[in-house]
Amino acid sequence: MTAEKSNLVTGNTGDWEIVLGLEVHAQVTSNSKLFSGAATTFGSEPNSQVSLVDSAMPGMLPVINEECVRQAVRTGLGLNAAINRFSVFDRKNYFYADLPQGYQISQFKQPIVGEGVITVDLPGGRSKSIGIERLHLEQDAGKSIHDQSPTKSYIDLNRSGVALMEIVSRPDMRSAEEAAAYVKKLRSILRYLGTCDGNMQEGSMRADVNVSVRKPGDELGTRCEIKNMNSIRFMQQAIEYEARRQIEIIEDGGTIDQETRLFDANKGETRSMRSKEEAHDYRYFPDPDLLPLIFSEEFVEAEKAKLPELPDAKKARFIADFGLSPYDAAILVEEQETAAFYEKVADGRDPKLAANWMITELFGNLNKAGKDLSDSPVDEAKLGGLIDLITDNTISGRIAKDVFAEMFESGKDAPTIVEEKGLRQVTDTGAIEELIDSVMASQAEKVAEYRSGKDKLFGFFVGQVMKQSQGKANPAMVNELLKKKLAG
Amino acid sequence: MSDLLSLSLTGARDALKAKKTSSTELTDAYIGAMEAGKSLNAFITETPDKARAMAKASDEKLAKGEGGAMEGLPIGIKDLFCTQGVLTTAASHILDGFKPEYESTVSQNLWNAGAVMLGKLNLDEFAMGSSNETSHYGPVENPWRRSGGDNAKLVPGGSSGGSAAAVAGRLAIAATGTDTGGSIRQPASLCGIVGIKPTYGRCSRWGVVAFASSLDQAGPLTRTVSDAALMLGAMAGHDPKDSTSADLAVPDFEAALTGDVRGMKIGIPKEYRVDGMPAEIDALWQKGAAMLKDAGAEIVDISLPHTKYALPTYYIIAPAEASSNLARYDGVRYGLRVDGDSLNEMYENTRAEGFGDEVKRRILIGTYVLSAGYYDAYYLKAQKVRALIQKDFNDAYQSVDAILTPTAPSAAFAIGENEDDPIKMYLNDVFTVPASLAGLPGISVPVGLSGEGLPLGLQVLGKAFDEETVLKVGGVLEQAAGFDALPGFLAGGK
Repeated sequence: MTAEKSNLVTGNTGDWEIVLGLEVHAQVTSNSKLFSGAATTFGSEPNSQVSLVDSAMPGMLPVINEECVRQAVRTGLGLNAAINRFSVFDRKNYFYADLPQGYQISQFKQPIVGEGVITVDLPGGRSKSIGIERLHLEQDAGKSIHDQSPTKSYIDLNRSGVALMEIVSRPDMRSAEEAAAYVKKLRSILRYLGTCDGNMQEGSMRADVNVSVRKPGDELGTRCEIKNMNSIRFMQQAIEYEARRQIEIIEDGGTIDQETRLFDANKGETRSMRSKEEAHDYRYFPDPDLLPLIFSEEFVEAEKAKLPELPDAKKARFIADFGLSPYDAAILVEEQETAAFYEKVADGRDPKLAANWMITELFGNLNKAGKDLSDSPVDEAKLGGLIDLITDNTISGRIAKDVFAEMFESGKDAPTIVEEKGLRQVTDTGAIEELIDSVMASQAEKVAEYRSGKDKLFGFFVGQVMKQSQGKANPAMVNELLKKKLAG
Repeated sequence: MSDLLSLSLTGARDALKAKKTSSTELTDAYIGAMEAGKSLNAFITETPDKARAMAKASDEKLAKGEGGAMEGLPIGIKDLFCTQGVLTTAASHILDGFKPEYESTVSQNLWNAGAVMLGKLNLDEFAMGSSNETSHYGPVENPWRRSGGDNAKLVPGGSSGGSAAAVAGRLAIAATGTDTGGSIRQPASLCGIVGIKPTYGRCSRWGVVAFASSLDQAGPLTRTVSDAALMLGAMAGHDPKDSTSADLAVPDFEAALTGDVRGMKIGIPKEYRVDGMPAEIDALWQKGAAMLKDAGAEIVDISLPHTKYALPTYYIIAPAEASSNLARYDGVRYGLRVDGDSLNEMYENTRAEGFGDEVKRRILIGTYVLSAGYYDAYYLKAQKVRALIQKDFNDAYQSVDAILTPTAPSAAFAIGENEDDPIKMYLNDVFTVPASLAGLPGISVPVGLSGEGLPLGLQVLGKAFDEETVLKVGGVLEQAAGFDALPGFLAGGK
């Protein structure tokens, strides 16, 4: 892959290329944990969702949750990835107070999902393919709470044993922006599939980012891993800081130590968590308590057949069927609910007009109001109703914006607002001619100037007529009739 | 009273059904024996009140002609099975005060079948040992003594040493055990009783404190082969809570004891004739083969070529799994905690004090063989050898129905005799470990006495999930051997 000029970072010794690979941990949407029947609801009382297995009582055994396995297979299919017909759970051994078993059940050598690829959407309607190296299932650990007592740490095991999918990308990203686009796209696909809610604030999705820098064309540099990013904005900041830090070290004649780092959002910097030497020897080995996962061709094919239309396919369809720009299409398909909303609005209407109204007016107003589409005061029918009034010339596009604002404010539908406020467009030729006559009569001097060749005054007359009509006159008709009248 | 104690499990069952005695009477007799037999140190926890209450409930059922297969029969439970509300120690200091909120599937199956719990039986710490000397609760004494009067206290074998001693010394009518590399069969042999390790997957591991998950398997220690058939039937069965539990119906094991082995082919593996094996063990083996031949079986010489690698393979795989299984004993949630200035120090203090030397040795070995740079040379290679050992058996079973071997390379040895030599101790498992690695069923049946008057057992191995053949052949051996010697503990009154 050749370096894209626009992504390069300038240092004292020339341009540098950032190389990024992501490990995204996505919590599997499931009612119960990966190997126990305990519930997974977020925000429950500490240690209220802990089974004997999750707390690693003696003699307790894990039993695989088939729903979590199915979700991982669906995800693999959604990432255009190979579903491994045979995969194995391994134990990753290390000691920590919030890891009751003393090992995490994960998949090491033989993960459930192999190589895949996703297309990420970049600004300007560009896109890029990012390789997926693997996806594996693993258990989450519990949570250590250190700030409740000066001398003690508390442990909450609610998350202990919750199913995670670790999705490992290839080092295919070259900028913080691309990494952000990757996370967004991944999130979008997972949400379409219903396999992860993608809620980064609640920790349902978090990313470890591997950052290295190199001169374009050089071998890969030594990487540092920034752990546990749970916001796309912070992740971008962390990448930019970390790349700068590495460039400065190398340019000062130093070398990068392979290490694990944490991002301090308050200071906007990354700091060392542990070095390679301090890294654990996890002593992975196949978990003898669990049988290998073996899938038949029929099972995988059946899951494939049940997949919903995914964002890329939907985007391609919106471009082909509705004539949307790649940029608009990408925005509309990011969330399944948005795409469904759009399709309802566009049904039987001008699809481009529908897209414009959604993206500009609806999203603009929702953003301003801090609302989601799900609690929008303007639903599909109301927005469609407004577009219908524009299309049948009941109101002009400009009036429509006022109607929309009113609609957003009051929740009333467009025809009601138009009736109540008397905003119906004037399309009656006689009425418009009357307006024109009145304007021409009061502006006799300007009429004379126009007629003597000052063409530019045409816009002035249009403005005057529209003003007289309180904006309600049909602009096209005003144009046409005015031209005729002025021509005398 | 002593008559009651001499009843076998099936004999007592029949007596209860025939209302010749009651469970309360039988249980009281055993509670008395348990009291009188404290010198053996077979029990870690005795539960006489629970036993009486369970016996009473059984009597009510029996009176109505109801009850399960084990109704009213007082048994001991190896203290590796979690028992609800009853101290469960795995004979380790690190589980101090641990009372599970749950009941292991196997013990629950037994209670469902009507069995009565006398208490929790001593064992090697976390079932790691072949002599019951690694228990935090002290060694168990074998009810047998050498003839000729050196009167040394002998080990009962291990790790199910408390189980074997209790059954041989008539402190329990039968007992559960677990077998990872021979922990049921070897102590059965050393104590002159019957012990069967069923096929891996036959009994649920749920609620059994894990030692080596790919090897651990529960089974009964009993006085007779038909007792073993009865009790195994009550313990076994598919358990959805154990992913490695086999989804197979449990056969009527007692019905398999037809006494008819005519035409069966019994393999004698030449590789089990190990260097330095005592002549009397070899002689016993040949005697056993002759018994089966006399009963109409065909004796076939077979080869299990990878046998010599079984012990080193076992001592890589079992410690590897143990090192991980025992990581949960960290002082955070239950059992012993020895505080420290940091989390790591607390771990170190707790585990240093909580685990005994043998457990520490195996955790160290296991951690080593799984470490980066050593994994391929040890663990991975051991897994490959394990597959070859399994293949040896599969090949052999193309031409034979069962295999006859000695159970252990020697009779019971004195307490302390092998304590300082782990390798010598590990050699106790040389005949039992191969079948463990292959997951196959095996039974030890007492067949004769050593020159010093100590019991010696022979082992019958079978195909996967063919415990019926194992029991059938074992039953024929038992009958032919007519082993009726009693340990000095019983003969001498104490």
